[in-house]
Amino acid sequence: MDNTDELQFQDFEEVSNLLSLDPDASTLPASPPGEEDIKLDLAEDDEGVQEMSKLLDGGTPTGGFWTFEYYRSFFNVDTVQVLDRMKGSVMPLPGRNFIKHYLRSKPDLYGPFWICVTLVFSVAISGNLSTFLSQRGDQTYHYRPQFHKVTIAAVVIFMYAWLVPLCAWGFLTWRRGVEGQAGGYTFMETVCVYGYSLFIFIPTSLLWIIPVEWLHWLLILVSTLVSGSVLVLTFWPAVRDHTKLTAVATLVTIVILHSLLAIGCKMYFFQTAVHMAVPESTTLHNTMVTTQVTKAH
Amino acid sequence: MSDADSRPFFSALPEVSVSEEVRVEGNISMASAPKDDGFSTLDEPVRDTVLRDLRAVGTKFVHVLYPKQSQALLRDWDLWGPLLLCVTLALLLQGGSVDSREDGGPQFAEVFVIVWFGSVVITLNSKLLGGTISFFQSLCVLGYCVMPLTVALVVCRLVLLGGSGTASFVVRLVLVSASFGWSTFASTAFLADSQPPNRKALVVYPVFLFYFVIGWMILTFSPAQ
Repeated sequence: MDNTDELQFQDFEEVSNLLSLDPDASTLPASPPGEEDIKLDLAEDDEGVQEMSKLLDGGTPTGGFWTFEYYRSFFNVDTVQVLDRMKGSVMPLPGRNFIKHYLRSKPDLYGPFWICVTLVFSVAISGNLSTFLSQRGDQTYHYRPQFHKVTIAAVVIFMYAWLVPLCAWGFLTWRRGVEGQAGGYTFMETVCVYGYSLFIFIPTSLLWIIPVEWLHWLLILVSTLVSGSVLVLTFWPAVRDHTKLTAVATLVTIVILHSLLAIGCKMYFFQTAVHMAVPESTTLHNTMVTTQVTKAH
Repeated sequence: MSDADSRPFFSALPEVSVSEEVRVEGNISMASAPKDDGFSTLDEPVRDTVLRDLRAVGTKFVHVLYPKQSQALLRDWDLWGPLLLCVTLALLLQGGSVDSREDGGPQFAEVFVIVWFGSVVITLNSKLLGGTISFFQSLCVLGYCVMPLTVALVVCRLVLLGGSGTASFVVRLVLVSASFGWSTFASTAFLADSQPPNRKALVVYPVFLFYFVIGWMILTFSPAQ
């Protein structure tokens, strides 16, 4: 039948002739040198790396956002990777874009979520401890756990960790759409970089227990500088194609919001003895007024 | 082809004709109630039912006290124990410094939310990371392992009856730290095997944080003056 002919081994006479002429010739498909250079360029291009890693790691989430598997794809990280990302968030090196270098199209939600939770409790607990330590000399001071501060800290920090990346991502996507550029960050990557950038505030909040005012401000400066530069280095490639004014304004806003969070936390949770003395004097004044009033009667 | 050839297997059997009617007699009524066959617990006294559940809860408490790989907590999970412990914890944490409602300790609802919502979040976390333990088994383990901390709270309140100076603080600190370590160790003994090996630390850390927060709430309990 006809099929059996096609199933027979087909001998390519040309190849066998060439091989007989030069037995040591390579039998792999040869590409001209120009094409190889182009391939290398593609590999160094960020887009190429992103697409290749997406294909290799299967990082794109499957299913709709209402399925369990969708969220499982965001927890596809090992201990080593999480530690690596946390390390990268405190070391802003000029050549390294956090998203491109550490995330590589595998943003995770484990890091941001648990860093936020830890930060909430560390800020609340350290604030409580620092209030206690700064008032140990006062005899009338009675220790209070101040548990309501946990709720406040949780609301503030989680809102920051979700709303600010939403605004940043929305703004960048809108600008990208207006100016017709490609290659932006996804929402999950933005959330991820913001979440990891909050990591440095955990040791900072623990160090804020020491009730020395200038130390608090120094720590705010250092931590805002470090995490702010990580954010700036991450978002610089996304805004450098915009006009100079927009680019600078965007980056400045990001840094200002970040420092506002740090300063706000410090002011509310870590009031030192100077601030606490003010309500003491008003209560004294009130008791004096009431005693005068009762004496008048 | 003849019949014998087409039915080679059946040729050895005797021919049976069922043309006549065959009478079938007998009683097919079942016994009125199966006595003590273990399947129906509808007729037993209420006391037996309650005691059986209490015994199950008690066995699990013992397993937490001496944590070793046991199937009782995992296979026969129940949520009575965690509920009991959570209510005890929340009730004992009341009566703290309540001169100002804002500055006091955690409210009853806050303790409940932290324990239950925290357990649910940790369970979801371990499932998302690829754990093989089921949802309720994990809730059961995390709830039962709160027991050392509850015992520590009871002892702390007794210590506070004797005074609230530095000595009592040191004693309470040691007590709470020991029970926190015990709780974390017990729950990781039960939960660790169900996790992929390169993610164990990612699963253990939230458990550590959970018991640390509960321990903090216990340690900072200060009685009303």
